[in-house]
Amino acid sequence: MEILVCVKRVPDTAENEFVMNSAGNDIERDDLVYSVNEWDNYAVEEAIQIVEKVGGSVTVVTAADADADEILRREMAMGAENGLLLNDDAFVGSDCKGIAHILKGAVGKGNYDLILTGAQADEGSGAVGGMLAAMLDLPYASLVNRVEVGDGKLTVGREIEGGRREINEITLPCVLSIQTGINEPRYVGVRGIRKVASVEIPALGAAELGIDASCVGAKGAAVRKLDYFVPVKGAGAEMLAGSAEEIADKLVEILKTNGGIS
Amino acid sequence: MAQVFAYLTHSNGVLDDAALELATAAKAISSSPATAIVAGHGVDAVAASAASIFEKVIKVDHAALSYPNAEVVRKALVAVIPQGSVVLFAHSTFSMDCAPGLSIKLGASFVADIVGIEGVEGSSLKVVRQELGGEVSTHVDVDISAGSVVAVRPGTFAPDEGKGAQGSVTDRSADLGDLSCERKFIEVQTPEAGDVDITKAEILISIGRGIEDEENIQLAMELKEAIGKGAEVSCSRPIVDAKWLEATRQVGTSGCTVKPKVYLACGISGSFQHMGGIKGGYIVAINKNPNAPIFQVADVGVVANIVEFLPVLTEKIASL
Ligand SMILES: Cc1cc2nc3c(=O)[nH]c(=O)nc-3n(C[C@H](O)[C@H](O)[C@H](O)COP(=O)(O)OP(=O)(O)OC[C@H]3O[C@@H](n4cnc5c(N)ncnc54)[C@H](O)[C@@H]3O)c2cc1C
Ligand SMILES: Nc1ncnc2c1ncn2[C@@H]1O[C@H](COP(=O)(O)O)[C@@H](O)[C@H]1O
Repeated sequence: MEILVCVKRVPDTAENEFVMNSAGNDIERDDLVYSVNEWDNYAVEEAIQIVEKVGGSVTVVTAADADADEILRREMAMGAENGLLLNDDAFVGSDCKGIAHILKGAVGKGNYDLILTGAQADEGSGAVGGMLAAMLDLPYASLVNRVEVGDGKLTVGREIEGGRREINEITLPCVLSIQTGINEPRYVGVRGIRKVASVEIPALGAAELGIDASCVGAKGAAVRKLDYFVPVKGAGAEMLAGSAEEIADKLVEILKTNGGIS
Repeated sequence: MAQVFAYLTHSNGVLDDAALELATAAKAISSSPATAIVAGHGVDAVAASAASIFEKVIKVDHAALSYPNAEVVRKALVAVIPQGSVVLFAHSTFSMDCAPGLSIKLGASFVADIVGIEGVEGSSLKVVRQELGGEVSTHVDVDISAGSVVAVRPGTFAPDEGKGAQGSVTDRSADLGDLSCERKFIEVQTPEAGDVDITKAEILISIGRGIEDEENIQLAMELKEAIGKGAEVSCSRPIVDAKWLEATRQVGTSGCTVKPKVYLACGISGSFQHMGGIKGGYIVAINKNPNAPIFQVADVGVVANIVEFLPVLTEKIASL
């Protein structure tokens, strides 16, 4: 099975405290720590496990600037054979539809049986996978937390509300968005990264991908961010101050008044 | 002005409450009445309740819609929604499945999980969204000149309690056309009950990714022991994903809904999917980041490293 996994480099929420830039139109991005979108790691792991079972190969692709090279290599160190960077000045400022359009170009360059994305990324849209599938006229299932490979089709479990799972049969080729928890992404050590450090990663632009530049980038975007802001704190929590001991005393009182302990 | 449609979900023959919120959202976009869409099989009762909220209701009834398979529903929607419309969904696992693809098929723009509508000017719809798990917000301009598909976060709009509508239901089932698709719904599996039932606990000590290490989970267990009866340990999703605790302890939209007297959120950022599982009680948040979104919704906040702070609290309670 030839599998394409779409991955995105995102600011790591565990490693950063976000502040506005001086213009107030974006978060300060210069010193941010970036990593692979959490969901995409699960998607790459799932692809690798499928290939381990039925053969084939995994390609990881990202539409980003050259800084994203590091995350492609990280995913290749996990076991993805090929990397692909989709990079062009014309891509800057794309909305989700623009990204899906660019990825569609990359799909057209290969012969993939299965395309995986993460269920959502840093912007919380959860859009690119479903858009890509619709553009390609391929069947789609989102929030997949189980995959079983059959003959020309997959049996997939989708996570729905309340911890329930919706089972579907879906024909290949198809697009799936992968939910966290589907597997345990393997650990990548420094040695693994070093092994793929010199592998060549092709970079493709709009022309190579056959993309009409008016569909992508800021010009092609129907959804445009105007600014970033930290939400005005509403009523908000009453913040307890003092030493750990003093705060613990106050919490004991709170537990007593609100129920539970006597 | 674009025509506004609201796709209404329902289960077991009952309209989901989100319908009332979408009615309010629709009014924030257009002063002309919105049209609700109810799809399913044998959904007359659902369509009737929709007509008590919306002035106009489109019903599409077909055996292939017995279960809301997003791919089939999408085809049905493309058959009845005119190009250029604004289509509202409640942001959910269903909208995540259906709405992005629908926007492509309608040639419309798409915006997910909005938490506010600022207004419409010409062909520009201005909405508010969050990014990075709620750490930052953005104002977003959505071009609706070719229509738009908009998914609204549950709880964003107050339910429309007007209930005045004596709407009319139009049956458009005859317009559906071919609903065959390459994704077949098989069944829904419900999770097995576990040994612990966090939904019955009076005090929940809930741990998130901030617990940092599997062995630190012991700190929460010790606090639970110190409190004794009525206390239980629950968690956010990453703890279950890492297999540090059982799935039956997960609080949130894809886990359990809880209503304890006190909810002690330890090292949890406060994503809406997590908070969506907390339906009441006094919320105490302990987090090392003073800007963590959870402090906006908690009753009381403590800025602290939970790995250091939990033992102090346990000690205090044990010595009562
Ligand atoms: C369809 C869908 C369904 C979902 N369903 C659920 C669900 O049911 N339940 C759920 O929980 N999530 C759910 N999620 C995931 C959700 O979006 C968040 O990713 C998740 O809730 C984050 O968990 P967290 O707060 O523990 O981790 P993070 O967001 O990583 O937050 C960790 C927090 O801990 C703090 N911290 C770090 N170290 C320390 C320390 N030593 N001491 C104190 N504080 C510390 C950090 O400041 C941070 O605020 C769902 C996502 C999707 C897409
Ligand atoms: N720039 C990108 N390059 C490659 N894949 C992407 C990109 N942006 C989003 N994706 C994929 O789409 C998924 C969902 O992202 P989103 O729709 O932005 O929430 C991600 O998990 C990735 O798999």
